[in-house]
Amino acid sequence: MSPQSPYGWWLPLNLSTLGPQLDRVFYIVHVFMLVLFVGWAIFFAYCLLRFRERGGRRAAYATDTRHLNTFLEIGVIAFEVVLIVFFSIPLWATAKYKTPSPQEAVEIEVVAEQFAWNIRYPGADGTFGRKDPGLMHSGNPIGLDRSDPAAQDDILTVNELFVPTGKPVLIHLTSKDVIHSFYLPVLRVKQDAIPGQKVAVWFQATDTGDFEIACAQLCGVAHYRMMGDLFIRTPEEFASWLKRKGAELKAAEKQKSAAKAADW
Amino acid sequence: MSDKEKHHVAQQHHHGPQGFIEKYVFSLDHKVIGLQYMITSLVFLLFGFSLIMLLRWQLAWPGRPMPLIGHLLKSSMPGGVMTPDFYLQLGAMHGTIMVFLGVVPLGVGAFGNYVLPLQIGAPDMAFPRMNMMSYWTFLVGGLVMLGSFLLPEGAANSGWTSYAPLSVQATAGQTLWLIGMVFLITSSLLGSINFIVTTIQMRAKGLSFFRLPVFVWAQFVTAVLLLLAFPPLEAAAVLQLMDRLAGTSFFLPTGLAAFGQPMAVSGGGQPLLWQHLFWFLAHPEVYVLVLPAIGIIGEIIANNTRKPLFGYRAMVGSMIFLGAMSFIVWAHHMFLTGMGPVMNAFFTTTTMIISIPSVVILTTYLISLWGGSIRFTTPMLFALAFLPMFGIGGLTGLPLGLPATDIHLHDTYYVIGHFHYVVAPGTIMALFAGIYYWFPKMFGRRMDDRLGKLHFWTSATFLNGVFFPMLLYGVAGVQRRLYDPTGYAHAVPVQPLNVIMTVSAYCLAVSQIPFIYNFFNSIWNGEKVSRNPWQATTLEWAAPSPPPHGNFDSPPRVYRGPYEYSVPGVKSDFVPQFSEDGGEPEEPRRKMASLA
Repeated sequence: MSPQSPYGWWLPLNLSTLGPQLDRVFYIVHVFMLVLFVGWAIFFAYCLLRFRERGGRRAAYATDTRHLNTFLEIGVIAFEVVLIVFFSIPLWATAKYKTPSPQEAVEIEVVAEQFAWNIRYPGADGTFGRKDPGLMHSGNPIGLDRSDPAAQDDILTVNELFVPTGKPVLIHLTSKDVIHSFYLPVLRVKQDAIPGQKVAVWFQATDTGDFEIACAQLCGVAHYRMMGDLFIRTPEEFASWLKRKGAELKAAEKQKSAAKAADW
Repeated sequence: MSDKEKHHVAQQHHHGPQGFIEKYVFSLDHKVIGLQYMITSLVFLLFGFSLIMLLRWQLAWPGRPMPLIGHLLKSSMPGGVMTPDFYLQLGAMHGTIMVFLGVVPLGVGAFGNYVLPLQIGAPDMAFPRMNMMSYWTFLVGGLVMLGSFLLPEGAANSGWTSYAPLSVQATAGQTLWLIGMVFLITSSLLGSINFIVTTIQMRAKGLSFFRLPVFVWAQFVTAVLLLLAFPPLEAAAVLQLMDRLAGTSFFLPTGLAAFGQPMAVSGGGQPLLWQHLFWFLAHPEVYVLVLPAIGIIGEIIANNTRKPLFGYRAMVGSMIFLGAMSFIVWAHHMFLTGMGPVMNAFFTTTTMIISIPSVVILTTYLISLWGGSIRFTTPMLFALAFLPMFGIGGLTGLPLGLPATDIHLHDTYYVIGHFHYVVAPGTIMALFAGIYYWFPKMFGRRMDDRLGKLHFWTSATFLNGVFFPMLLYGVAGVQRRLYDPTGYAHAVPVQPLNVIMTVSAYCLAVSQIPFIYNFFNSIWNGEKVSRNPWQATTLEWAAPSPPPHGNFDSPPRVYRGPYEYSVPGVKSDFVPQFSEDGGEPEEPRRKMASLA
């Protein structure tokens, strides 16, 4: 973990390649809000002071301040148009829809459930194996069908998301029960996980460290405990982790078939 | 209706009901119904506020037993610490109660019912029986909602938004929530039809649409919103009820699981359908909350600046535009559900467009202060506070309406801070302003000014103490609806904010004691006032205080616009709408001086 705490009294640490742009819009909007509010507040305070009730002075029946309103409206409209057309929509389109191709990205599947994140890597063959809801039980939370050849090397973890730096990560997000929201504060990623629907989420991390996965959508009594760990590693560390996981899986399979043979 | 007929109707109403039950319980009089709505919704508001005070204890000091109350609620708070489930019930019911049982019935049911017929010079609402039915349906809906706390498994716990499929697998409290909603929606529909017909049909002679006070316009637009936006939610509530009770799958997709086990549902449904139907109501609902407040503020600002409201037509136009636009912005609540880019661009654009009339309204009110002779009465203080508070509420909507900034802020406390600034320091301040302003009309007595000012300054301070830290807490990224946020590393450094918010909330509760005392004490002991204590121009001040059954001595007639204050050449600084001669002219000497 980085020596300084990633979280404080303001925006969390930002480790996403798109993050600086997203945060820049955040600052532009907030400066605009502040300017508008302070302008209003000064005008407001001045009016209250200058036009307070005093003996002998009557209120003006009509005041010609109409142009002030018009200027303000035109200013606000112009600013909002610039904000939408040049910042928000292009950035949104990149962040949410310009998903990297599976060839260039690390592909991961995340299946949310009450109250855990099931994470699956396709394994050496690069293909996700078949799932069958009928096979779901506590030992097989996503109902993976291990009899499918493509499923045999799929690596499953619960609440542990390992990703490399310097390479886009493409996550196929879904939920098996209620709506959750997959939230990685340091990567500026948040996306609802909806049952019956698969959404692609992508990001690219710039630095390593241990962080959190949070759930941002009310999903039941233990919603507040639905957290996971995000481990951002160098590409080399990530590759060796994958390898180790693959070997562990193979060893476990061997053990299982050996036990089966002994049973026989 | 001719003058004569109207007078006849008014005469009939004078011979109103005599028995206690007919007069005060099952009354057909819009004023009694308005007061029933007012008292009931104030009680509900206090109840909804109490729920959040319980909840805030857990947020400020997670896991620490709550003194006193913790020992009274044994099953929900074993050992004085609330269960996560009770926490979620409190959250869901707080939202529901404040919106549907508190603010809307107070803004529309109470003020609309009491003030609107008076302001248009009508003897009563167009359909008095429907009006009575609206109140009683509302009360039944409210009692069903509150009654759900008595179920063995407690009240609804899926948030006030009741997102499926969570709400479909929730406990029986959710069923009562849905049934309660059906009653409340029915009540609103009955009321809204009545308001629309009354405004169109029952205006006094000479009261054209562009002579209507902004309050009447606000209520009229609100009624149209209620009438058009509520039916889809009523339908959606029935669909969810079917999913829960009859085994249908409107909102349940194929292959759905619950708590790790496959669910026995036929599937084929779509969870997002609920969100679309819900927000199709719930966004116009925001304007249903805010528009009556905007109307109240307009009346009070014109009266206390002693000058005509600036830009009356721009104001009316903005309200109508706001109402119309509010039907096509709903999906900005759903940016993160994975809708396509075209949908997102559309809803962002409409959201930015709808911010324009809000800016117009706010700026118009601010400019109205220019050149005035501002009296700082208690209602005026509350009305003035509405402006910057609504300003913060509106502005913080901007980063949420832009999808790029919404990614980080969505479903965090920033959202809660944003809409509470609109509804609590904004709308509720305006509703208090309305109570202080029309109290003399309702009871013929004035509320105590010193207690009123004490109520104002303490409430204004502590409301900000509750809601401003919420925005910061959200910027730090803390999500909503967490029973114990301190499990998350990013919530730990900002935890002191939770303590500030909770302490402010308790101080805010204490600040309401002067108001409650003042309200009830002034009904019997307040200073007696004449018909028009604020020297106002609109029609309600032509009626006796309090107005009798049938309202006016004789059917009023309107000769001018709603805010003829400080008319040049007139001695008095106000000319009521019902004044035929336009007021006594100024003394000729001063006129000469002004000419020279």
